[in-house]
Amino acid sequence: MHVVYPVVVSALLFSIGVYGLLARRNAILVLMSVELMLNAVNLNLVAFDVWLRDRLHGGQVLTLFVIVIAAAEVGLGLAIVLAVFRTRQTIDVDRLRALAERDPATGVAERDPATGVAERVPSGDDDGEGRS
Amino acid sequence: MISVVALIIVLPFAAAVLGLLGSRWPRGVSRTDRDDLAAGRRAAWFAIAPGAASAALTLWLALDLSRGAGRSGPGAPFWTGLLPGHAEGTLTVVETGSVPISVSLRADGLSVLAGILVVVVALAVQVYSVGYMRDDSRYPSYSAFISLFTSAMLLVVYAGDLIVLYAGWEAMGLCSYLLIGHWWEDRANSRAAVKAFLVTRLGDVGFLFGIFTLGVAAGSFRIDDVLRADIPRGTLIIATLLLLAGVAGKSAQVPLQTWLPDAMAGPTPISALIHAATMVAAGIFLVVRLYPAFLAAQPTLDVLAVIAAIGMLGAALAALAQDDLKRVLAYSTISQLAYMAGALAAGSDGAAIFHLVTHGAFKALLFLCAGVVIHHVGSNLMSHMGGLRAALPVTFWSMTIGFAALMGLPPASGLFSKDAVISAIEHAHGPAQPFLYASALLTVGVTGAYATRAWLRTFFGPERIEPLPEPPPGTAHVFDGREAPRSMLWPVGVLAVPALLLGFAGPGMAGVETDWGAAAVSLVLALLGAGIVYALWRAAPEQDPARLLGPFRGPCERAFSVDALYAALVARPVLRLARGVVRTDATVVDGAVRGSGRATLGLSGLVRLIQNGNAQLYVTGVVAGLLILSVAAVVLA
Repeated sequence: MHVVYPVVVSALLFSIGVYGLLARRNAILVLMSVELMLNAVNLNLVAFDVWLRDRLHGGQVLTLFVIVIAAAEVGLGLAIVLAVFRTRQTIDVDRLRALAERDPATGVAERDPATGVAERVPSGDDDGEGRS
Repeated sequence: MISVVALIIVLPFAAAVLGLLGSRWPRGVSRTDRDDLAAGRRAAWFAIAPGAASAALTLWLALDLSRGAGRSGPGAPFWTGLLPGHAEGTLTVVETGSVPISVSLRADGLSVLAGILVVVVALAVQVYSVGYMRDDSRYPSYSAFISLFTSAMLLVVYAGDLIVLYAGWEAMGLCSYLLIGHWWEDRANSRAAVKAFLVTRLGDVGFLFGIFTLGVAAGSFRIDDVLRADIPRGTLIIATLLLLAGVAGKSAQVPLQTWLPDAMAGPTPISALIHAATMVAAGIFLVVRLYPAFLAAQPTLDVLAVIAAIGMLGAALAALAQDDLKRVLAYSTISQLAYMAGALAAGSDGAAIFHLVTHGAFKALLFLCAGVVIHHVGSNLMSHMGGLRAALPVTFWSMTIGFAALMGLPPASGLFSKDAVISAIEHAHGPAQPFLYASALLTVGVTGAYATRAWLRTFFGPERIEPLPEPPPGTAHVFDGREAPRSMLWPVGVLAVPALLLGFAGPGMAGVETDWGAAAVSLVLALLGAGIVYALWRAAPEQDPARLLGPFRGPCERAFSVDALYAALVARPVLRLARGVVRTDATVVDGAVRGSGRATLGLSGLVRLIQNGNAQLYVTGVVAGLLILSVAAVVLA
């Protein structure tokens, strides 16, 4: 089998992953897109490992590493998503703007482009009162 | 032997340290009037005892030197005949990498002669100040500064090295600043102090560079080496001209004379100290100390002659028009110092030092007497004085002696020393000599006029004392019927003796020939000036005889507007420049700093727009960047 087939497939998979990463608003779907991209890379690694007949099978070994890291990453990511959902009742990444640059004086984030409402961002450092 | 010299210098210095640190020891939390009195009494002891010890040691030193081996020749100045001994000692040599500085002292006839003048006048001033400054709560620091001043002047006098001399020279500048501004509560006084400091400092810049030029050319800063070294004439002229700037600053000669009349803002004993013994004498002393170098540089002596000629006549005319008694004496000091400078320009250092010593005696006497008068009247202005002859008999007679010496009337000391100066000028050669001689003779007449005017206005005529309801701060005036405390009258009486008799030491001991012809001419001129003023005064005792100046009275009273000229030429441009610099600093330099900060903030505001919190936007940026890079890599490869 020519190496071009798995490469094309992995490129397609990666592109779908990138699209999902950029376009999806649901955090879980974003995580899944990341998984798609990782697996596209895995496919590439295995394909080239076979094609190059690597005696030490570096590609396969690296794939195993990636799988392990991906598992860990998705576990962590889902935990974060769960925590975010518990505090905010939403996992819409468009609305999670806590890291936005904001006016240090007021603690108010820039206006949400979708709703036009300035979001009150809970923060620990700026105001010692611990509002939430 | 040289350790005695060191002790003479160190004793007043130790007195200054003790007086500053020890007078109020132990330092209490609260200060009462009794504490002030006790501190003043202790400070007086700290000031007078070391000063007296220093004076005694100086006399002993003079006695010792007078027994020294003679090395006087026919052309040598009189002090080498009088005090032929010589002592020198070096504490250490400081290696500077180029010309070494030797911390050394030397005592010879010249320095001991000047040293006697310094310690005697300083002691008289210290004793006098005890009475004069009795009610001043800052007396301890005042007397300590006088001690420091004395010590600095003694260092100048006994210095064996130009750099050591310069150290004393600068310490004197500091002390004059501190003492002139003693009553700094009054803004005018502190301004006068700053003016004295700045003007003398201006001259000192030239002085320092003159020292450097001489030292580098001679390869040593030791005065003996400098005088013995073979320095090219051009270098010598430049060096002596630079030194002359410092001399003009310290000795208040044209064009740096403006600080001296303003220095009258200080307490009167300080004026006596500055005018007679220390500050202004230093300039003349320095020229005499380095006289061989000046003699080899004729252009410098010509410049000095012009300075002296302008200074003596101008200052005498200014003295004629002043109403402030102390300012009369201040201008008279400038005029008399110009006489000394004229004698130096004429090539006679003996006459200059002779006049320096007699002038030191009678000018200190005049100032201390003026202090008594001011203490009595509570005002400096002669229009507030008059008719004091009966109330102040001791002062009257002492001041009469002083004025007689100032005018050069026999038998007072001024006759002999001024005659020596004038005959030296008469026999001099040089392009400026006729000018200088004419100026000197004219000044004799004007001196007679202003001295008579001050004498008449102070002691004769109707009484004009007005009882002051409350003494203003700084005058310390409470009239209690007595002439003055004994501590003030004693120094006056003691100084009257040398002012009267020192002249006879001139022909006798000092070997200065008296030229009776010249003496007669100057006597006639002085009496002429005095006679005109007396006739005017007799005609109208109420009025100021200065009216004889006619339309010139205004310019003379303003000392020919030199102050205004300097204000217009120097002070105002400098202030304008300073304001310009401040504005440039605020707008350009600070503007650049603040502007760069503001520009960075503004630019960062643009970049900030990207960080809107949407993580997907960031990733889009990353992916777009990656794509551009990969496309670029492919295309360029």
